[in-house]
Amino acid sequence: MEAPALVLDAVHKRFRQGKQAVEAIKGLSVQVQSGRITGLLGPDGAGKTTLMRLAAALLLPDAGAVRVLGHDSRHEAAAIQRDIGYMPQRFGLYEDLSVQENLALYADLQGLDATQRAARFDELLRLTALGPFGKRRAGDLSGGMKQKLGLACALLRAPRLLLLDEPTVGVDPISRRELWSIIKAMRAQGVTVLVSTAYLDEAELCDDIVLLHRGELLAQQSPEAFYAPLVGHCYSVRHPALRRRQLQEVLRSRAGVVDALVQADGVRVVLQGKQPLAQVGEDWQPVPPRFEDAFVSLLATDGESVAQAGAGVDATPVLQGNAQGIRPAAVSLDLRLRGNDGGEQGTAPVIEVHELRRFFGSFEAVKSVEFSVQRGEVFGLLGANGAGKSTTFRMLCGLLPASSGTLRVAGMDLRTARAAARARIGYVSQRFSLYGNLSVAQNLAFFASAYGLGGARRKARLDWAQREFELTAYLDAGAAELPLGFKQRLALACALMHEPSILFLDEPTSGVDPLARREFWQRINHLAESGVTVMITTHFMDEAEYCDHLVLMSLGEILAFGSPQEIRARVKTAAMPDPSMEDAFIGLIQAHEAQTRRAA
Amino acid sequence: MWARVVALVIKEFLAVLRDAASRTVLIGPPLIQLMVFGYAASFDLNHIPYAVYNQDSGYAARQLLARFSGSPNFQQVATIRNDAQIAPLINDKDALLVLHIGQHFTRDLLTQKPARLQIIIDGRDSNTAALALNDVSGILLDFNQQWAAAHSQRGPPAQLVMRAWFNPNLRSRWFIVPGIVALLTLVVTLLVTGLSVAREREMGTFDQLLVTPMRPLEILIGKAVPGFVIGGLEGGFIALMAVLWFHVPFVGSVAALALGMFFFLLAAIGIGLMISSLAVTQQQGLLGVFLFLVPAIILSGFATPIANMPEAVQLLTYINPMRYFLIIVRGVFLEGSTIPMLWSQYAPLALIGLVSMSAAAWLFRHRMA
Amino acid sequence: MNRQRLRGLVRKEFLQILRDPSAIAIAFVLPVFLLLLFGYGVSLDAHHVPLAVVVDQPTAQTSNFIGGLQQSDFFDPRHYPTIGAARTALMQRQVTGIVWLRGDFSRDMLAGKTAPVAVWVDGVDANNANILLGYLQGMWQNWLQLQADQAGQPLAIPVVAESRIWFNPALRSRDFLVPGLIAVIMTLIGALLTALVVAREWERGTMEALMASPVTMGEILLGKLVPYFVLGMGGMLLSVAMAVWLFAVPLVGSFWLLLACSALFLLVALGMGLLISTLAKNQFVAAQVAVIVTFLPAFILSGFIFDIHSMPAVVQFLTHIVAARYYVAILQTLFLAGNVWPVVLTNSAALALMALIFFGIARRKSRKRLD
Repeated sequence: MEAPALVLDAVHKRFRQGKQAVEAIKGLSVQVQSGRITGLLGPDGAGKTTLMRLAAALLLPDAGAVRVLGHDSRHEAAAIQRDIGYMPQRFGLYEDLSVQENLALYADLQGLDATQRAARFDELLRLTALGPFGKRRAGDLSGGMKQKLGLACALLRAPRLLLLDEPTVGVDPISRRELWSIIKAMRAQGVTVLVSTAYLDEAELCDDIVLLHRGELLAQQSPEAFYAPLVGHCYSVRHPALRRRQLQEVLRSRAGVVDALVQADGVRVVLQGKQPLAQVGEDWQPVPPRFEDAFVSLLATDGESVAQAGAGVDATPVLQGNAQGIRPAAVSLDLRLRGNDGGEQGTAPVIEVHELRRFFGSFEAVKSVEFSVQRGEVFGLLGANGAGKSTTFRMLCGLLPASSGTLRVAGMDLRTARAAARARIGYVSQRFSLYGNLSVAQNLAFFASAYGLGGARRKARLDWAQREFELTAYLDAGAAELPLGFKQRLALACALMHEPSILFLDEPTSGVDPLARREFWQRINHLAESGVTVMITTHFMDEAEYCDHLVLMSLGEILAFGSPQEIRARVKTAAMPDPSMEDAFIGLIQAHEAQTRRAA
Repeated sequence: MWARVVALVIKEFLAVLRDAASRTVLIGPPLIQLMVFGYAASFDLNHIPYAVYNQDSGYAARQLLARFSGSPNFQQVATIRNDAQIAPLINDKDALLVLHIGQHFTRDLLTQKPARLQIIIDGRDSNTAALALNDVSGILLDFNQQWAAAHSQRGPPAQLVMRAWFNPNLRSRWFIVPGIVALLTLVVTLLVTGLSVAREREMGTFDQLLVTPMRPLEILIGKAVPGFVIGGLEGGFIALMAVLWFHVPFVGSVAALALGMFFFLLAAIGIGLMISSLAVTQQQGLLGVFLFLVPAIILSGFATPIANMPEAVQLLTYINPMRYFLIIVRGVFLEGSTIPMLWSQYAPLALIGLVSMSAAAWLFRHRMA
Repeated sequence: MNRQRLRGLVRKEFLQILRDPSAIAIAFVLPVFLLLLFGYGVSLDAHHVPLAVVVDQPTAQTSNFIGGLQQSDFFDPRHYPTIGAARTALMQRQVTGIVWLRGDFSRDMLAGKTAPVAVWVDGVDANNANILLGYLQGMWQNWLQLQADQAGQPLAIPVVAESRIWFNPALRSRDFLVPGLIAVIMTLIGALLTALVVAREWERGTMEALMASPVTMGEILLGKLVPYFVLGMGGMLLSVAMAVWLFAVPLVGSFWLLLACSALFLLVALGMGLLISTLAKNQFVAAQVAVIVTFLPAFILSGFIFDIHSMPAVVQFLTHIVAARYYVAILQTLFLAGNVWPVVLTNSAALALMALIFFGIARRKSRKRLD
């Protein structure tokens, strides 16, 4: 066997963060084998990016040694950087340069001579399907295309080791597939790939997985080896009477269940033991395990870790005794609906959109969109990058005026409605936008006042927010310094301060690790059960399964509207009898784009 | 409504004061500027380097030169013996001026013929040259009077008896330091208000604010109050420093200054909020503040008189709030102005404040999208 | 140094400049804006100064004296009937000064006594007041000379000052302000723009990608310097052209020498910009530091407006580390006095030394690492 491409030997790395030193990597020893795709996984703060930078010789270890392709990173950084391709998390494309110009720059930097250049450009542009966009500015490309261009730049000189730091974050499913096919093509050419990712399904595409946690190695083995012990522990559960979210809730709180997740037509359950814990009316079918099951059960074992990544968790290890995995967090979400919007569920739509259009200059970002949302629904807005879903979403919240058409939220247009009308909605933006240099308590107090809460109610709601989101320990911490999972909680707490009847969530889980995402959805489910209408956008196809109804958008139009089951059914073929949401998404969008192209 | 505004005001204060960087920006640079301007920005000459080229051996020449060497404004750097030495001294900037006394100086004086003192001066910095020449004539005037009296010569038919009001020793620091009160009040207020909305837009919190039941007007008031308080405190502090540290006389009424400050802050905040509602990023906000600030300072009479500007430019200064406030500050400090004397300044300032505030409110409502 | 890599970086930088309107704005629009603003807005030359004239008893002598005022371009004499009215006018800022010829003016003159002329000026703007007093004295001396000539008598003042003003005989303040302004503009282009563009690479994450490539730190720095040097020289040429053709400032010295010295100063400014950018990695902080550390000193401590000799000793000492100080001296000399080698050489030497120091520190501070 060839020598390992990357060797970390008892590496320590510390950073100063304000006054205190944070140890990002603690005595880590890892080897990355040549010619394979190695996945780097772990929750927030595991040290993934630090490891990547150490491997690129952009950081030097405080102790221990890093050897890359046989070179020591302390003394031979130049030799390392000659032989590697590195794509940072936010790939630094020059946005005001065209695709060709970006490639030419990196070709110059990597010393590609004129004869090699033309052939290499052709090859990479073909591989990335960027050929037709050679003259377009990088800044005008979609998120997925940017990532592909970034990858092409890193590949110009056919590196021996390719380091990719979360290349698929914020990228829609179609572009993710394309990126992975390029990565696999590289492996075929003998390139060693180290790739970090937050998508657990991507882990299964790797040959080998390095699982980090808080700067330490938790395990390194093949994905199969990770989930092999769980064979027989996984079931898909269906119940004819209960809705899937309700079923999930029931199962989750059942003793002996490690993880319960809405998937396809049922609920996927991972058990501590192998015996199904079936109760009357439930249909339990065994399913093969997957990497995500292993990830959750491994990390949920570590009480501390989950307490950080997603709170409200019993520290009891899963594999000993009466563990619950992730404890239902928001069991007591006490939501009394104010006002009387529509009485019985499903009688009158809470959100109605009719022939909604939006132009930016001459570009039509949203083309005559129509849908309606019932009270108490979780309603998803899905689409590829640039499909117009954010624009639609902002118009609904009253942040952007519509060019034409009508839209009514709780019977009003929020843009023109009186201020008091806005007291009925809550809003969490993409980046958990809170006042970063205010403390948690100050943020809560500010939003309580902004929503006009006073007196006893104010005090009650502030107490509720602290208790419900377990923020008490962080009250004096600056919001900017919170771990990502807590920022998300605080954002949700602020948005729910005034008990709104409609909650708008704009990609509330992007960049959040899988454990925090689970906890987040638990809260949302509870809200929906208590009658709150939830409108949400997301890039995660598995999250689409939580929605009662969803709308799939592409190029400003609605491609599909319906329940997750209905949407999946639309791509069901003999070749694909049981399509996943992602399959449905890709199938529908590609068909639509092809159609549009033909028409044009 | 007021509870929401109060909450917003508290939040704005916390946002500014809890952040070490913005605390520094509000306290550090103004203090540095106060010190640098207070000490360095002065048109008063002292230690003017001069050289002496004396071809006369008589006592009158020595007497005259003694007056120069005795003056704190002048410092002799060279004594030269021939014409050829003049040019290098001036060219190389070793001396600003050369005093040349001809051979017959004392004789001419004694025979009551006008004796000539030739002054060769470096005109590269025309202002310094003009001021140095003034200082030379001052010394000469003095000398002439005493000489005439001592030698019982007939005096000139008329004599200028000069007196400067309000600033008898013509110290430019008395002029500059009160100006800094206006300058820094404007800078700080614009920085606080001009970037506040852009910062929220960048962080995404502005959307969060817009979906709450707050009305645009409430947000506007919430953004204006911190600028008002911080600008006012800083302006007051610098005014105190002017009196206590730089010993600039304060002969007018505090109320007159406070009223002027009130209107000025109103105008500055209105302009800051206009910039704020137009700027999408902090960088644009900063550029906007810079693009307003530089002309506002240059065309205010802060350093150079408005009267010296071309007519068209003078007209432009009428819309500059700093122009009026400078007159108020200097009037109150040095001339002893009181409120009734300053209505001609308050009125336009209030008008500018009203217009800019309304414009900001209008822009705010229409740019909320 | 690898020529291919450097060429790639320089080409990239030029493409970015061409496509980023803000760089063009700082390099070309800002100089024009500042030059127009300062060229027209800043002037220390008084003209048509409103002056209250109070004559208690008009006679031939008084109108003779006042005639001097009226002929002068500096003054705009306005007659007031009583001294009280004139005082009010001064208080209300309608006039800047008062010239008061008392009732016994003619009597004293005819009697051979020295008649006092009361001159009061508004001293609030001390500089302006000083200049005004200077003008008045000059006018008075001319009048005396005229009186003496008419009477065929020698001038009745013992010592007469005879001033010869070199380089700028008309004492036009624009002639020294506009060249000095070039130093301020070059500081802005060199230091501010460079600090901003490097900070931008950090902010957008492109620096990380650059660093992971085989390019060396020296190449990255040089790749930034070359384009902004060219841009800075462009801004300089534009400013000089405006100074000479729009503001009619004479360029007495050699244009090529001016070009060479400007190139040297630009290097110092670029070095400061690079140094700031190695310390401040976001554009907002970089802009603030650049303005406080480079722009303000170039403005106040360079001798551009305020005379360095008159500053307190501590401040004078501080001005030695302000690069613009040396360049302002060179500019004012080359524009108004000509190729005065001692001035040019000593100041250039100081600039060269500063350039070396700044580049040395910037080179040492910028390592190819992220921590």
